[in-house]
Amino acid sequence: MSKVRVLVGTRKGAFILSSDGKRKNWNVSGPHFGGWEIYHMKGSPVDPERLYASQSSGWFGQVLQRSNDGGKTWEAVGNLFPYDGVPGTHQWYDGTAHPWEFKRVWHLEPSLTDPDSVYAGVEDAAFFKSADGGRTWSELSGLRRHGSGPRWQPGAGGMCLHTILLDPSNPERIFIAISAAGAFRTDDGGRTWKPINRGLRSEYIPDPTAEVGHCVHRIAMHPSRPHVLFMQKHWDIMRSDDSGDTWREVSGNLPSDFGFPIEVHAHEPETIYVVPIKSDSEHYPPDGKLRVYRSRTGGNEWEALSRGLPQEDCYVNVLRDAMAVDSLDGCGVYFGTTGGQVYASTDGGDNWAPVVRDLPAVLSVEVQTFS
Amino acid sequence: MIRVRLPAHLQTLARVSGDAEIEVACPATQGGLVDAIEARYPELRGTIRDPVTRRRRPFLRFFACGRDLSDQLPDALLPEAVAEGREPFLVVGAIAGG
Repeated sequence: MSKVRVLVGTRKGAFILSSDGKRKNWNVSGPHFGGWEIYHMKGSPVDPERLYASQSSGWFGQVLQRSNDGGKTWEAVGNLFPYDGVPGTHQWYDGTAHPWEFKRVWHLEPSLTDPDSVYAGVEDAAFFKSADGGRTWSELSGLRRHGSGPRWQPGAGGMCLHTILLDPSNPERIFIAISAAGAFRTDDGGRTWKPINRGLRSEYIPDPTAEVGHCVHRIAMHPSRPHVLFMQKHWDIMRSDDSGDTWREVSGNLPSDFGFPIEVHAHEPETIYVVPIKSDSEHYPPDGKLRVYRSRTGGNEWEALSRGLPQEDCYVNVLRDAMAVDSLDGCGVYFGTTGGQVYASTDGGDNWAPVVRDLPAVLSVEVQTFS
Repeated sequence: MIRVRLPAHLQTLARVSGDAEIEVACPATQGGLVDAIEARYPELRGTIRDPVTRRRRPFLRFFACGRDLSDQLPDALLPEAVAEGREPFLVVGAIAGG
């Protein structure tokens, strides 16, 4: 019997939402790690009972949790993320040099082939790997030591490596994104990296078409077409058909092309989802109406999806890692808001209903599908 | 045996209820006590002091015997009453945030 498990990270703990394949009745488990920020949780695609969670706190720093039973019990594993060598400096908000300092893990990406291997994207931006189930971590420092590192600058949320995409067709190829440095790609398993930001245009930086410095909010791919990437940038929805070598804008008829998440339908590689936000200084939906926008053409032509979502007086945000899809026949789409709601659609976005309404502010949403 | 009173979140993380009892080699110093806490409860590594700089986390403070010991050097001796287990060593989280 099919079922889904939705992993929700919030400002005050983790929640696990479970349902059978009908996705009508939900069991809510949590809060796990109550009172702590859970930036991200994700399960291994090889062993779905193996979960990893990033637990952090302004008081107590970073803790890394691992579960071997789908989140029923947890074990604290390694929380030491040492930068390789002398970390050097990046740019601070005012353009001065600022030392690289570890703050937290933003994103955990388990390996596609080994449940004990997992990648971590951290703030200040760096890329780490564990090959022992999270007990020890080592930096793949070729990324940070890319010559542009001293020119990277934090976005408003910090200088975070927030997106990790593993290419299912090529184990040596990984895509990552950093706010506010841009997108990067490795073709040798993380030893060397190249910026992949050609075609991005960011009017808010001194050189709008610079090699690095773009505030990329998230990138997404469909596993069947890993050379096609979609990007939600600070402003602009972008698309690449050549593994990030070049990008073109596909914002089209969106009411605003500012936003945070972007996601791809599980069965339709040209169907993508975004949540337009009014502006970079007004982080809420335009007109107080919460609308997901769907393009069935890989961008440019967008339709508003609002059935079941609040259409008046709604001023929540949807953060970059807070949208995900399941892979059941009627593709489930899920997103969480800073108001603590988690909405689900069981028909690719046509209709929505809240799974829960009153969680703490949602930081991340991931979905596991059990067919 | 030294008695250590941890903040609630660290008690949960370490699965401790009440004061943690920590054995510390003589002479008992503040740094030696935190070393011993981390050895006894590995899940607390990095939560009381930064794992790289080994500095006390800024939103935590140390108190004992009515005194603020937060800014003492790691090799400072603990008060005799703490070392003898008559008074607890308090790790206190700042009252801040939401």
